[in-house]
Amino acid sequence: MSQEVMIKLVDIDKSYGEVQVLKGVNLEVMRGQTISIIGPSGSGKSTLLRCINKLEAINSGYIEIEGITVASANCPDHPMASAAQVKSALGKTGMVFQSFNLFPHMTVMQNLIEAPVHVKKIPKAQAIEIAKEKLAEVGLSDKADAYPSKLSGGQKQRVAIARALAMSPDVILFDEPTSALDPELIGEVLDVIKGLAEQHMTMMVVTHEMGFAKEVSDRVIFMDNCNIVADRPPQEFFSDPDHPRIKAFLDKMLTKHG
Amino acid sequence: MELFNYILTIMPMMLTGLVTTLHMYFWSAIFVIPLAIFFAFLKVSGPRPIRWILNVYTWAWRGTPLLLQLMVAIFGLPTIGINISNKFAVAAVVFCLNNTAYVTEIMRSAIESVDKGQYEACQVLGFSRVWTILRVIIPQSIRIALPPTCSMMINLIKDMALVNIISLMDLTRSAYIISNRDSTISPYVIAFIMFLLITSVLIKLFGVLEKRAMRYD
Ligand SMILES: Nc1ncnc2c1ncn2[C@@H]1O[C@H](COP(=O)(O)OP(=O)(O)OP(=O)(O)O)[C@@H](O)[C@H]1O
Ligand SMILES: [Mg+2]
Repeated sequence: MSQEVMIKLVDIDKSYGEVQVLKGVNLEVMRGQTISIIGPSGSGKSTLLRCINKLEAINSGYIEIEGITVASANCPDHPMASAAQVKSALGKTGMVFQSFNLFPHMTVMQNLIEAPVHVKKIPKAQAIEIAKEKLAEVGLSDKADAYPSKLSGGQKQRVAIARALAMSPDVILFDEPTSALDPELIGEVLDVIKGLAEQHMTMMVVTHEMGFAKEVSDRVIFMDNCNIVADRPPQEFFSDPDHPRIKAFLDKMLTKHG
Repeated sequence: MELFNYILTIMPMMLTGLVTTLHMYFWSAIFVIPLAIFFAFLKVSGPRPIRWILNVYTWAWRGTPLLLQLMVAIFGLPTIGINISNKFAVAAVVFCLNNTAYVTEIMRSAIESVDKGQYEACQVLGFSRVWTILRVIIPQSIRIALPPTCSMMINLIKDMALVNIISLMDLTRSAYIISNRDSTISPYVIAFIMFLLITSVLIKLFGVLEKRAMRYD
């Protein structure tokens, strides 16, 4: 696999007022990698993702997406790229939220074509074709005309993934995509993400599903106290937790879900 | 039988009053919802000076009595040289602006009650701020705002009695004049029934709109 750097974070600091959430975080994500991000609640996992696509502004450091500096603070050596370049680089990131955030007043099909047609200016007929393809990929071809309220949580999240895919992103950020789901619906969503991993979609997945992290990801990142504590292949990470905090966290996860 | 004949004789005058009331209601009501949506949109996304002007507008119009507003427009303005001869239009504008102030606030709070995840989804998909508001936030807010807006529009029909101030022969005034002339309660009873009929039709109409807006639930 190529070793092209897709996302690069350098010395990222982020705080909400007095509360420091990220402190000197460095990270490189290669094209085609699936990265699981785990860690205790409040350790900054969501914030890390949200800084990458600029839902949150960083206080210091810089972030590159495919070599374009999309965010920069206190880094005169790495100024932000032009507004147009930043917009185009951000357009290559998709995001899937814990709470789906589908548009409730639009059908599944409308949810999928709204952005391709109005943001990417793809002709509507073509956008519909792409949308159908993506719906098939997540196994929901028969739901094109349904409103989101008529779908189960698992189906909603699969639609949300299809909506992200319809924009042909180079990387997708998942923030706890299965945490709002009933246990019996988690599998169908993880299967879709697993399918994307097999196609070498670049993905960063914040998750509490240890089985998924172990089985699907190329790297597991453990966050604690505002920073990345471990960044290792899953086999090593799970078989030899070399940090007491990781061990404690894993023990807790296992007793909770075991 | 005698009562029936009496009602028949006063009916033309009552019906003329009814038409006048409906006519005034139509012009007072027709622009309220589009204006309120537009103002609410500007209130959440407009440039600061416009937001400020709109805040003063809703504050002033909701904070003073409608009757006083009508009096200022009809009797006050001419004393400072603003004399519009069409009193009907002046009254309709006052009704409209008064009601719009309330519905604007209803709409604004509906916009603000839309889940912030909707904004984030839009941002992540690359929508502009204006597109986000127009295509995603406002359609959802209208649905939230519809029931309280319905109440406002029904209140407005009852406010129509205030056109007394421009001596318009509306439903209320017709009933008053006939009852005075003939010393009978029947014209009032008829006026009551007519108002109930209008509000029933309005409630039905908004019921249909609400059902349409709920179709995605
Ligand atoms: N908008 C905000 N304003 C203020 N503080 C915030 C905000 N968002 C997050 N925080 C705080 O920042 C810290 C990190 O939050 P974050 O959501 O990134 O954690 P997380 O690792 O995703 O946790 P969880 O597993 O609970 O989702 C927390 O202490 C949280 O309370
Ligand atoms: Mg989180």
